[in-house]
Amino acid sequence: MATGTADTTIGAARAASPTTQRVQATLARRRAAETRFRLIGLSAVILGIGLVALLFASILSRGLPAFWQATLTLEVYIDPEIVDVSPAPDAAAFDSQAAYEEAFLGWQTELARTNWGRVLRNALLAYLPPEAAESGRAVEGLIASNERFELRALIQEDPGLIGETITFQGLADANIDVWVKGNIDRSLPDDRLPLTSDQRAWVEILLEQGVLTQEFASSLLFNVDSRSSPASAGLAGAFVGSLFMMLIVIVLSVPIGVAAAIYLEEFAPRNRFTDLIEVNINNLAAVPSIVFGLLGAAVFINWFRLPLSAPLVGGLVLTLMTLPTVIIATRSTLRAIPPSIRQAAIGLGASRVQTVAHHVLPLAVPGILTGAIIGVAQALGETAPLLLIGMSAFVAQVPASPMDASTALPVQIYLWQGNELRNFFEARTSAAIIVLLALLLSLNTIAIILRKRFEKRW
Amino acid sequence: MSAQAEPKQPPSSPVETGTAMTDLTKPVVAADGAGAPSAQPHGANRVEPKVTTTDVKVFYGSSEALHGIQTEIPANQVTALIGPSGCGKSTFLRCLNRMNDTIEGARVTGKILMDGEDIYDKSLDVVLLRARVGMVFQKPNPFPKSIFENIAYGPRIHGLAKSKGELADIVERSLKRAGLWDEVKDRLKEPGTGLSGGQQQRLCIARAIAVSPEVILMDEPCSALDPIATARIEELIDELRRNYTIVIVTHSMQQAARVSQKTCFFHLGDLVEEGDTDQIFTNPRDKRTQDYITGRFG
Repeated sequence: MATGTADTTIGAARAASPTTQRVQATLARRRAAETRFRLIGLSAVILGIGLVALLFASILSRGLPAFWQATLTLEVYIDPEIVDVSPAPDAAAFDSQAAYEEAFLGWQTELARTNWGRVLRNALLAYLPPEAAESGRAVEGLIASNERFELRALIQEDPGLIGETITFQGLADANIDVWVKGNIDRSLPDDRLPLTSDQRAWVEILLEQGVLTQEFASSLLFNVDSRSSPASAGLAGAFVGSLFMMLIVIVLSVPIGVAAAIYLEEFAPRNRFTDLIEVNINNLAAVPSIVFGLLGAAVFINWFRLPLSAPLVGGLVLTLMTLPTVIIATRSTLRAIPPSIRQAAIGLGASRVQTVAHHVLPLAVPGILTGAIIGVAQALGETAPLLLIGMSAFVAQVPASPMDASTALPVQIYLWQGNELRNFFEARTSAAIIVLLALLLSLNTIAIILRKRFEKRW
Repeated sequence: MSAQAEPKQPPSSPVETGTAMTDLTKPVVAADGAGAPSAQPHGANRVEPKVTTTDVKVFYGSSEALHGIQTEIPANQVTALIGPSGCGKSTFLRCLNRMNDTIEGARVTGKILMDGEDIYDKSLDVVLLRARVGMVFQKPNPFPKSIFENIAYGPRIHGLAKSKGELADIVERSLKRAGLWDEVKDRLKEPGTGLSGGQQQRLCIARAIAVSPEVILMDEPCSALDPIATARIEELIDELRRNYTIVIVTHSMQQAARVSQKTCFFHLGDLVEEGDTDQIFTNPRDKRTQDYITGRFG
C-alpha cells in the first residue's frame, strides 16, 4: 500500500514519464528479490553458526569431563617386608662406571620384581572394611594398573622412602571413573556391570572418606597411550608426533611452495609446459589424501627405506599434500598485487628478483601466511594418509626424534574412538579433539597476529 | 627550492648535481649529458638527438602495433607524443626503456640508438638502460613504503650513495627538484601512498630523478590529476628540461602545446607528422594532424 501512495504523489507532482512508470512497476519486484536474497543469506549464516556452535557444545560437553578424573589419594606405607630390596648401590663405592651400572641394573631388577600391587592394595585396605582383604584382586582392581609403576619410579628416585608412609595420588581404574561420573546405567543386572557389587560398595566408602575425588587429569596431556591401563592413557606421544610433523610440513612446504609459486607467477614464461604444470598443481590439490599415503608408503618407505610410523615420513607425505594449497594460495596473492608496483620498480631499473624481493613479496606476506596456515591446519587434521604409513600403530612412548615411531593427534582420536572400553574412551576421544582444536586455534591465532603485523607495514 | 635551504645548503648546489649526472653517463658521450644544461632556444633548431629510432616496429603476438617509426628525440627538450587512443604512442614510449620486454608476447624490431648506442643490443644490460631512462606512469604508483624509502630505493639498488648522509642528500635534492620538499620534509617517514594524487605523482617524478637518469619518459602523467596539480607538474617538466631529456605522452593538446618543444603525432601505429611544437599546432602539414588538433576526431 505504501508504494501505491508513493505512486500517486509522484503522479500528482508531475505527470510521470512512461520510463518512470515502467521503472516503478519493476521496483516492488526488485525489492522483494533483494529481501528474499538477504533472508536466504542470513539464514545460511545462522544455520552455519548454529551447526558450529552445536558441534562445539557437543564436543566440549563430552570432552571436558575427561580432564577431571577419579583419583585416589592414599596414605601408602612402603612396607620393607614387601619391598625387600638391597640398598641402592652408591656410585662412589665402585671402581668403574661399568661396574656401578651393572650393580644399578641389578637393583632395578629387584625393584621391578617387587609386588607393588600388594603395597597399593594394603594401602587401600586401610580404608575398606576388613572382609575386603579376602578379595585382594578386586581391591587391586580399583586402582589403575599403571600406578604400580608410578610408585616404583617414586621409590627408585628416592629409596629412603622404604619403611615410610607417603601420600600417594593415583588414578582410579577406568571403570571406577565411568561409574563415578554416572556414565554406567546402574539399573543393569549385576553380571553386565563392569564392577562387582563389592567394588561398588567400596567406591561409595572411598567417596565418603574423601579418598576418591575428581582431580585434574594431567595424565591425559603428559602420559603416553596405554592399553593395559586405560585410565592413564594420554596424548603426549601423539601430540609430540603431530608437532614434529607440523614442523616438517612448515619447514618444507612453505619455502618450496612459495618459491614455486613465485617462479611460476613472476618468472616462468607462459607456454604449454607451464600450462601443464599449472593444471597438474590444481589437480594435485584435489587428489584424495589417502592416495598421498599410498605414495608415501611406496616411495618413502619402500624405496628410500625410511622407518615405518615415523613422523618424518608423515611430515613428508603431508608436505606433498600441502604444497598445492600453498602454491595456489601464494599465486593468487601474487596475482592480486597491483602490476603498477612491479612497473614502478622495473622502471627504476630494479631487476626482476629485486622487484619481487623488495616490493611484491612484502605485500604478499599476509596472503602467503594465510595460505600456509590453511595448508598446515589441513595437514594437522589429516588422518587417512598416516594410516597407510603405519602411524596408526600403538606407540607407548614419546618420540624423541622424527625418526622414532609415533602416532599423531587425529590418528590417536581415531584409535581411541575404536577402543573397546567405549564409555571411558568416548570422553577421552572428545578431550583429544579439544586438544587438537586448541592446537589449530592457536596456530590460527599466530597466523592472524603475524598477518596483522605485516599488514601494518602497508 | 625556495628560501628554506639553510640546513643542507652545499649538497644541493648545481655543481654537485652535475657530477651526479655524469656518473651514469657513458664515457663515449660524456660531453652530451653534462654539456648542455643551459636552456635551449625555442622554435626551429637543430639539437643533438638524444635518441634516434629507425624503423621501429612493435608486434603484440601477430598484430603489428607500430609500423616502422623513424624519429629523433632531441636532447634537453620536451618531446610530446600525441594522437588518439590506441595509436601506439605509449607503445613507442615503452620501447625507449624497453618496458615492452615485460609484456608477454611483445616483440620489437628496428633500431633505437641512445647516444649512438643500440639499446636493444644483446650486450646492453636492461637494468643499466632503465637507470639511464627513468619513467613516470599514468597513475601515480608510489611504493607502499615511506616517502623517504620511495626516493631512496633507486639510488640504493644502483649503489649511488656511499653513505646514509649521501642518500639523505639525494632524497632531499630529488624532492626539492620535484618541488615536493617543502610539503613533505616533516613527514618523510610517512607512507607515500598517503599523499594526494598530485603529490604522489611528483613523488614518482622525484623517485625517477633520484637515480639521475638522462631521459625521463612520462606516460600521461597528468591524466589522473586535477587542473591545479596538473599545472604544477607542467611547471616542473619545464624546469626539468634543463637537465633531462623528456618524452611525454599526453592526450591534452593544450598540455603538449604548453610544455613541449617538439611534437610527434601518431595515428594507427604510424608517425604521421613530427616537428617543432609551434609548427605542428599552428601549421600542420598533414590533414589528419589538423583534424586531430582541432578536435575533429580522437
